[in-house]
Amino acid sequence: MPELGRAALILSLGLALYALVAGGYAARARRRRLARSAQNALLAAFASTALASLVLVSALLRHDFGFVAVAQTTSSDLPTAYTLSAFWGGQEGSLLLWLLVLTGYSAAAVALGRRVGPDVLAWVVPVLAAVCVFFAFMLVAVSSPFATQPAPADGAGMTPSLQNPYMLAHPPLLYLGYVGLTIPFAFAMGALLARRSDERWIVATRRWTLTAWAFLGVGQLLGAHWAYEEVGWGGFYAWDPVENAALMPWLAATAFLHSVMIQEKRGMLKVWNMLLVIGAFCLSLFGTFLTRSGVVNSIHSFTQSPLGPWFLGFIALVTACSLALVFTRLPLLRSQTRLESLVSREATFLYNNLLLVALCLTILWGVIFPLLSEAVRGEAVSVGRPYYDFFLRSFGLPLLLLMGIGPLIAWRRASLRALGKTFLVPLGISLVVGAILLALGAGSSVPGLIAYTFSAFVLASIGLEFVRGTRARRALGASSWPGAFASLVARNRRRYGGYVVHAAVVLLAVGIAGSSAYETVREQPLRPGETLEAAGYTLALRRVEERDGANATELRAVLGVRRGDDDLGALEAGKNRYDIEAQPVSNEVGIRSDLLTGEDLFVIADRFNADGSVYLKVLVKPLVNLIWLAGLVFVLGSLVTLWPDAREQRRLLARYELHPAEA
Amino acid sequence: MTLLALVLAAVLAAACVGYVALPFLREPDPESDRLDEPGELDRRRVALEEERDRALGALKELEFDHRTGTIADDDYRALVGPLRRQAAEAIRALEPRAASSVARVRSCP
Repeated sequence: MPELGRAALILSLGLALYALVAGGYAARARRRRLARSAQNALLAAFASTALASLVLVSALLRHDFGFVAVAQTTSSDLPTAYTLSAFWGGQEGSLLLWLLVLTGYSAAAVALGRRVGPDVLAWVVPVLAAVCVFFAFMLVAVSSPFATQPAPADGAGMTPSLQNPYMLAHPPLLYLGYVGLTIPFAFAMGALLARRSDERWIVATRRWTLTAWAFLGVGQLLGAHWAYEEVGWGGFYAWDPVENAALMPWLAATAFLHSVMIQEKRGMLKVWNMLLVIGAFCLSLFGTFLTRSGVVNSIHSFTQSPLGPWFLGFIALVTACSLALVFTRLPLLRSQTRLESLVSREATFLYNNLLLVALCLTILWGVIFPLLSEAVRGEAVSVGRPYYDFFLRSFGLPLLLLMGIGPLIAWRRASLRALGKTFLVPLGISLVVGAILLALGAGSSVPGLIAYTFSAFVLASIGLEFVRGTRARRALGASSWPGAFASLVARNRRRYGGYVVHAAVVLLAVGIAGSSAYETVREQPLRPGETLEAAGYTLALRRVEERDGANATELRAVLGVRRGDDDLGALEAGKNRYDIEAQPVSNEVGIRSDLLTGEDLFVIADRFNADGSVYLKVLVKPLVNLIWLAGLVFVLGSLVTLWPDAREQRRLLARYELHPAEA
Repeated sequence: MTLLALVLAAVLAAACVGYVALPFLREPDPESDRLDEPGELDRRRVALEEERDRALGALKELEFDHRTGTIADDDYRALVGPLRRQAAEAIRALEPRAASSVARVRSCP
């Protein structure tokens, strides 16, 4: 029943519009009941958007091809899990998911955001509502998921590359990240509109920001794994504009998560933090624009659509309004203290921020330069991997080093003698590791060797922090070493959870360096019985098979794999042929992972020739599995950091004199 | 099907309107409809408490970093004094208010 979906969306738009207008008036005229009513409107908007989403889910499950969105993205033989994932597989459905997540986040933030104070919350509501109005309007007037047509016998089917388990989780997680950045933005703007200079908005949004950032990080990693398995070119990140679109807000949010600690601890960088929050939110909108407008040619983007100009206008409006607000409130955002020394922990945070923002801006330039060139000069240019790799190395390696330096330096200032003492062990360990790696031949890639040496330094400094901290807690009376360790982490969740996240970034860096700087690539045609050698592996083509899959014809090269005298069994790589127009053939790569060494043997059957031979591309990627392990460690660190601390809650309750139920 | 959809939509709309109007239905004639706003005194108190907590937190972290060896004795001695002074000043500035709060609590029946 598309009418119900349409009506629910119109209702969502009406409720969001009411929350915007009534909420704005209530905040300005200080009307309590009207402010409360506007909050209720946001909560109700979530309910009506949830109903609209249910209508679309129901249409997908019933294979109701009378819905254009269902007919374009599914077919009757599509497995149920992928049929459900078609909710975000098409332009309109994914826009509906945006609104669903946005109204859900808004409702939760309003319900749980009492600690920010009624005056700030009154302003947060119209800011959130303004974003909801935009997306609801898009769904009602520009790109409706409830457009209907005379039902065809079957749907067009789903693009084969989307029929992958990672696609069940990657887009929703990415959306939870993208959309989640709206909450800190709204609270920051609410605080400015209410002329509040205190840090309630930071306290109220700390977990929201961390949650959104963690979702965005995990979402990207799952996307990278999807690309690795499904796209079939042998890599996991291609610096595609749409991939970059998710990386940029994550980098801005990472910078914010670090610099906001300086504001909390030293009362500094208030304007900078506002700019980062605005930047992260606007970049999340920009990412959505890139994916949906059709301005970039990417395997991740939707086709040409009328959404582009609307999104550009909205981004321009949000940027202009929020920057104007920051400018008018500059007197409220004066720093209370100054940086005492360039050799201090806050200084390393500042350097980290500058590098993160520089990396983010160079990526942004790489994304928009081709668009500007085409718009202004009519010339199609592309910014490729060498540009991004250069800046990743230029800014990424110093960032990696800073992750190791930061924990070793005290807040405020540190003397050279103290630095010498604290740096001795990690520096020694990293130099020894570097020398060993050099002796083992890692010098074939200088950036790789530097990355490994820096990684050793960071891991040593993190390990040292845990050891010293545990020892100190033990000396303070903890009964056992495990007890001292648990107490250390429990009492300083942000600090030690942050170190675990840093360890995840090190694993990521080691995995990226290993798999890109030291990979082996071999390619040649093989006839049945012939062999190919790559980095100690011997692959023999046993036979070529053709068989029927669930909804495709599967063509496979069956290979026998040996390493030295060890028979490692069979590995299959090939192609799937689908009976749909969108992408009739997909690459199905063969991957053999060695979890002990972290290495992957990656086989692409590039071409099946008429003479019975298969053109194979074989890649041996050392340590690539550390990238996926980094994801698990990242989640663990994020959970430690996010876990509520009862003592901190009590302290905040006392500071802001809130009722316990509101904290 | 269309009629059922319209009925469901109307029910949903009515429920939403009722929920949005709830604050006015619950309190048709309130004593005050003014949204709470912190006064200058309250803003000053929060600022002082933030300053106090910042100084106390920094002191705690300094002590811990000194104990773990991240901070040398000289640096510790140079930093601990100003931080203690900062915390003491914030606590002192909050004292009159604290005293009046205690008095208010004591005067309660």
